[in-house]
Parts: sequence; C-alpha cells; structure tokens
Amino acid sequence: MKQDFKVLGTRPIRPDGLDKVTGKAMFGADKSVTGMLHARVLRSPHAHAEIVSIDTSKAEALAGVKAVITGDDFEDVDNRWTRYTMQNCMAQGRALYDGHAVAAVAAVSKKVAAEALALIEVTYKPLPHVTDVDEAMAPDAPVLHEGVKGRNLGDDVSGNTVGYYSFGHGDPETGFAEADEVIERTFKTAAVHQGYIEPQACLADLGADGRGELWCCTQGHYEVRRICAEILHMDASQLRVTASEIGGGFGGKTTVFIEPVALKLSQKAGRPVKLVMSREEVFRATGPTMSASMDVKIGMAKDGRITGAHARLRYQGGAFPYQMVMLGAMSAFAAYDLEHVQAEGWDVMTNRPKMISYRAPGAPMAVYAVESVVDELCQKLGLDPLDVRIMNAAREGSKSSYGPTFKAIGLVEALEAAKAHPHYSAPLAPNTGRGVSCGFWFNFGGQVSVSMAINADGTVNLIEGNPDIGGSRASISMMAAEALGIEFDRVRTIVGDTASVGFSDVTDGSRVTFAVGIATINAAKAAIKEMCKRAAMIWEIDEESVEWIDGAAHAVGHNAGTLPPMTLAEIAATSGKTGGPIAGHHEGAPDKAGVSFGVHLVDVEVDPETGFTAIKRYTAFQDVGKAIHPAYVEGQIQGGAVQGIGWALNEEYIYGEDGRLQNPGFLDYRIPVASDLPMIEPVIIEVPNPGHPYGVRGCGETAIVPPLAAVSNGVARAIGARLYALPMSPPKILKAL
Amino acid sequence: MSKIHVNATVNGDAVEFLCEPDEVLLDVLRDRLNLTGAKEGCGTGDCGACSVTLNGRLVASCLVLGAEVEGSAIETVEGIGTADALHPLQRHLLDHAALQCGICTPGIIVAAKALLAENPDPSEEEVRFWLAGNLCRCTGYDKIIRAVLSAAAEMRGDSA
Repeated sequence: MKQDFKVLGTRPIRPDGLDKVTGKAMFGADKSVTGMLHARVLRSPHAHAEIVSIDTSKAEALAGVKAVITGDDFEDVDNRWTRYTMQNCMAQGRALYDGHAVAAVAAVSKKVAAEALALIEVTYKPLPHVTDVDEAMAPDAPVLHEGVKGRNLGDDVSGNTVGYYSFGHGDPETGFAEADEVIERTFKTAAVHQGYIEPQACLADLGADGRGELWCCTQGHYEVRRICAEILHMDASQLRVTASEIGGGFGGKTTVFIEPVALKLSQKAGRPVKLVMSREEVFRATGPTMSASMDVKIGMAKDGRITGAHARLRYQGGAFPYQMVMLGAMSAFAAYDLEHVQAEGWDVMTNRPKMISYRAPGAPMAVYAVESVVDELCQKLGLDPLDVRIMNAAREGSKSSYGPTFKAIGLVEALEAAKAHPHYSAPLAPNTGRGVSCGFWFNFGGQVSVSMAINADGTVNLIEGNPDIGGSRASISMMAAEALGIEFDRVRTIVGDTASVGFSDVTDGSRVTFAVGIATINAAKAAIKEMCKRAAMIWEIDEESVEWIDGAAHAVGHNAGTLPPMTLAEIAATSGKTGGPIAGHHEGAPDKAGVSFGVHLVDVEVDPETGFTAIKRYTAFQDVGKAIHPAYVEGQIQGGAVQGIGWALNEEYIYGEDGRLQNPGFLDYRIPVASDLPMIEPVIIEVPNPGHPYGVRGCGETAIVPPLAAVSNGVARAIGARLYALPMSPPKILKAL
Repeated sequence: MSKIHVNATVNGDAVEFLCEPDEVLLDVLRDRLNLTGAKEGCGTGDCGACSVTLNGRLVASCLVLGAEVEGSAIETVEGIGTADALHPLQRHLLDHAALQCGICTPGIIVAAKALLAENPDPSEEEVRFWLAGNLCRCTGYDKIIRAVLSAAAEMRGDSA
C-alpha cells in the first residue's frame, strides 16, 4: 500500500469554500427561473384518518392558482417500495400521521398558494392511532397496513411488525452460566431528527414534451431520478436531476418528500414550480430516525471477560414498511470478540412520519444500550471500563457478532490511545463523571462513476456523481492530484447532473471518499496509461518502456536516462497532434470498504439542583484508515459527536395522546448550540483499510455512535444512579437523583 | 391590500422595492432583491441562518417586516468581503475548515462580525454565547469558534 503521500494528509482550502463564505453558493431554495410558480402542501392534522373527500374547487377558482393536486393525481406504481415513497409524499385514501401531505397547490405567489391551501376542504374520519413502538407491536394494536407483517412472525406481535432479524453465534445462555455477574436492562431512546439547517427544497419543470428538469437539495440525485421517474411514469433519460449545494443531510436527504409533488404540479400547470418546506413541515413530514425500545443482557466474569451477550431491539420507523433494525442488530456487539452472542431486531410501523436514515442508521441506540450495560458491569465488578473493552475488543481475525471475520481494524489502537490520553487520567471535579463508549459503523462501497479530462493546459477536470455533503470535492481532487502526481490546485472536481456522468449511488454509508476515491484513482490510471502511450509515440519507443513517476512520463529499461521526463502538462499540450483529447474514466462497484471503530471520552457535570448536564471535556478517537484531508475528517468526528450529545441530552420527538407532534420547531426541539459545548478534541487513528489503495475506510458516521452511552455513562458516574432512557433531560435526571 | 413602497440601502447601495404588508425582510432580500446569501432555516428566529444587520444591529431577517426597513441600512453576507478581498472572518473560516455544508455560514459571518464590532477581544465563552443563536448541525462548532477567535486576534493586530 502506498505510504509516501505528497497531497494526501495536507489541508488545502476546499474548492467550494469561497462561494460559501461570500453567499454565492446556490442551495436548494436559491434558484429561481422565469415563469416560476410557488407551491405549498396541505398536511393532515390527524395521526390517522380516512380521507373521506377532498374538495379543491374553491382553491382552483382562486385567482392566481395554476394547479391543485391530491393523491388521486398519482397513478399506481409496480415497485412497492416506490409506492410507499409516493404515498408518503402524498396520501392516498388515508392520512397516516400528523403532517402527512393530502393536497398541494401551485400559484403565482407564495401568498396566493397559502390562501389557496385554506380553501381546500378535506373531510376526515379519524381512526385509532399508535405512536409508541411497544404499543404498536402489541397484538391488539391498530395496524397501519395489512399484509405486510414480517415472515415467520407469530400471533404474539401485531401486523405492524414488518421485519425480524437475528445475528450472532454460540449460545448466550451458555455464556450467562459462565458469568460471575449478569445484568439485564431495558432501554428507551426517542426519535430524533437529522436537523439539517436547510429545509428540503426543489425547482421542478416537467414540460408537455415529457422532458423534465429537477433541481433539488439531495444526497443522491440518481436516486431522486429513479424514484421520480417511476412515480411520474417517465423514462429515466428524460428526467435530468441536478443536485444543488446541500445544506446538511445526515441521511435525511437520501429519499424524496416533495420532488414528485413539484413535478406533478409542474406537469399540470405547464410551468416551473418551486417547492420549499417550512421547518415545521420538515419536523412533521420528513423522516426522523427510529425510536427504540431495547433489552440487553450481558454476562461478565470477575476479570472482565464478557461471557455472553443478548440484545432484543424494537425499532419504530413510522407509517410505512421499512428495513433498518437489521443494521442495529449487526452493530450492537460489533466492538466485541465474543463466543456467545445474539442480537435480534424487529422493525415496527406506527402513526409517525416515515423514518429515514440518520448517520449510522440503527447503530447509535443499539450501541447505547450495550455500552450502558458493559459500563454497569464494570462498575459492579470494580473494573476499569477501558481495560475491560481492550480485553474484549474485536481485532483482526475476530469473528464479528454479525458474521464476517474482521480484517485489519483499529479498535484496540483507539482504545489504547484513549487510555494513554491525558484526558483519561485528568482529575475530576465534584458532581462530574467520566463516561466511555465504543462505537462502530460498517462503511459502504457501492456503485460509482467518475469522468476525468486532462486539459491541454495541464489542468484536470473531474466529474463525479455524488453530492458533496462534507468536503468531498476537496478529498476527491486531492486523490486525483496524488494519483496523477500533480498539485491539488490543478484539479477541479464538480458534481455532475444525472445527464453528465454515469450512475452513482447515494452519498451515504460513509462511502464517497472510499468509492469515488477508488473510481478517481482508476480514472487517473486510465489517463496515465494514455499519457504514457503518447509519450512513447513522441519518443518512438515501446509503450512498455514508459513509466509514470511523480506527474511525468519517464523512459525506463534500456532507454532510461536517454530522454528527459515528459510532464503531464507537456503531454497534454501536444495532445491535439498525438491522437486527440486525453481522458480517463471509471465505473465500478467497489465493495471492500473497511469498518471503522471509535472510542469517546466525556466528562459531564450534573447540577444537583437543576438536573442540568454540562459537557465539560470531550475527546473522540476514531480509526479512519487514512485521513485524506485531516481537517475535514476532524470535522466529521466533531460534528458526529455533537449530534450524539444532542441525542443523549436534549433531542426528542414528543407526541401527545392525540398522536400529534408537539415540538415541530427548533425552539422546542433543541439541537446543541455553541454555548452548550466545549471544544471537541478529535484524535485520528490510521489503521489502513486493505481494500483501498490509500487505506481509506470512510469516516462520516462512526462518531455519532459512541456519545449516547458515553454521556449516559458519565452521568451515571456523576450522580451515582443510572438512567435507562434518552434524552436525559433535566427533569428525568432530577427524578433519578 | 396594496403593496408598500420602501426605500433603504443594502450593502451600501440604494434599493427601492414594493412588498406585501406581511412580507418579511428575508423574503424581500431573497425574492425581490436577488440576494440569496441569507437563508431560511426555520422562519421563526431560532436558527440564525437569515442573520443580517439592520442599522448595525444584528437581527433575524425572518422576524423583520420588509415594510419596517424604510430608510434603514441593511448589511448581508454579500456585503462582507469579496472573493479577492475577503473579510478576516471569511478567510479564517476557510483556513480552519470551519464549514461543511455551508448553509449556516452566511449567518455565522454576519453574527460574528457584529460581535467583533461590539467586542473586539471576546473570550471563547463570549463567542459561544453570542453565536448560540446560530445553529450549525455539521461542525459541532469547534472550528467555527476557533476561526472567530483567530480572526478577532488578526483584526486586533495580535501576532497570533
């Protein structure tokens, strides 16, 4: 594996930075076009109701209204997962949660659109609802959709239970029998929202000729194209989707909520339509992550060895079938090398918005429950929590709790770095506790396309198909520069629209720097091969006698030393006379992403009078394989940690008895603000991923996993009592004191 | 109801516009004056993405009516530095990699500039409390706070 890097590991300023500090960058809501209409969506005030009738005649009659649509405007689609997405964008027959779209309007102004909404008359017949996961699983619960119950599930669970998964090996009961101490606890975590600051926004133009243009903020414009083309019954080639700059996603922008609605309105009105969600709509109708109810049982020997482990995870994912608890069940015990382990999971529907991924989807809550029990066992047996984790840690060659045998991984390195860090041995103030937790994420590969052009002036253009949510254009340019042997600022990387470069999977799973990186390196190899060929042609020697070293073609073998090296710029300058433009491209589906482990240390101070928890010190260790741009890797670790802190302390979807969301705004759904936090110290560990030429693992998601338990374990040690539910808001802590 | 006629200056330039009586300054800036640097993150004054200054005072432009700004001087992110002459805050945010998605960045810049006008030598805690009204979901604030502190030091002429 390559080790001596010239560009990798440096910290250049990101190519999109200037536009973002001067206000020029174009986000989803920033684009307008001539003739554009403004759209608004009418949403259900009921948690569950039959839509008896919708009378749109008064709205249609209002001056300035150009189109009104309801669920009746959408034809059925064959793919059931696309149908669920469509029915989530616009209800058909029933409103399934508070905030579910039931009609939409396009009008000449925002004002007229708002007035028109008020003129739409919907007659609802309220139906029984359920928003809690345990209640929704009970056999007598109101069932959201018939006929979708998971296979092999018995009468002990309701039809809302859409999936069951089990992972593990050995026999946990045998393990518990070998233990000196066994602890079993039940945990609850609230649904939390990704909380991206940019609400969903799009600009759709679907003409009478059947050709469509769609501009939107998304993590995956090819996925938007696929879903919208299926829903609109269009050929994919006829819908061009352009990803705007994206104002945060964290998984929440990996599907569509408004785009099919805007396209349908545009089709009906014959004009471009802009649709921007309000913050309240974002909370009520886009996907938060799952809430969870979990049982975890772990047995430990006196010396700290974990003898057996078992988890039962019940996740609530909103109003449609979904598959996500699987990732929780796979993640729960991933940090440990265990002989007897099982993790089971159930996916459950409720009358809440359809869940969507949130950074390491499914993992944080499962790992919270496991790491809490491990910590409690450490306390009970008087053992050091890091020593116990080092003793039981998964390492190269460990059979993971979810099946595969781990290749080179950096968990032990991260744990040992945490143990050696001054934070771990620093004295603690009164009312303060130190919490520790491990975390894990898989990281993915997936389909990717990259197109690279070598320009005649020696610069390079690169087109990739993955929206840049955290600085990936910088890291891709860096890898291109490294592979070609040129300077960073000679490369310009852009994110192409769906008509300009081949298919690419969604920006998710921490896959972009890994997968687009591999495609970029391969595209560079293709361009280098062509440049070597051109040099051979100019030199009139065999192609095999030319090698690419440090950005230039070198004659090797018996010609070595006889010819001066020919640089990329020199070869490019004459390309018009040596065979035409030089380019490289790569399409593939790299699948050797490396898993990433993290270890977080936190000092929390709990005010015994108010129950308020303050984060006093935070250090996050993470194996990232290779940090291409260390500053952006640090940013991922810091940002993930703070989202996890919010999950632990503040954030939750609060539902009333009426099944309505009670806190759909940033005032009542409180994400961490600057004054809540100390500096977050990131410590980058680099154990190279053998599946990437530069060792990249992916780094975006792991850091949200450890904070939940780290903070909870810190609180437990600060107050001498343990909470088994998140968020740990002050009233809950006061109750525990 | 007919529209209201307003004269004001934006980033030093005289502007004249008609707006609805209930139209907020943020919509005037974005929809009528084509200044889309200020963002709408919430529309309720909770996120700070729409921060601008109004006669030197930091405001959430989603909570100010367009009709209120008659005769006022408004500054938005578009008026703070240019690509070839960045304000120190802009440069330090870039140098510290203090933005990821960048949607909160315009509001952070406007708010931090207003802080430094009032307090050229803020402590870390003062920066954190001043920026508590500017939500950032990507960075965990660490690099933003460092960037503001180092920009402040440079603006004071400290050799930091």
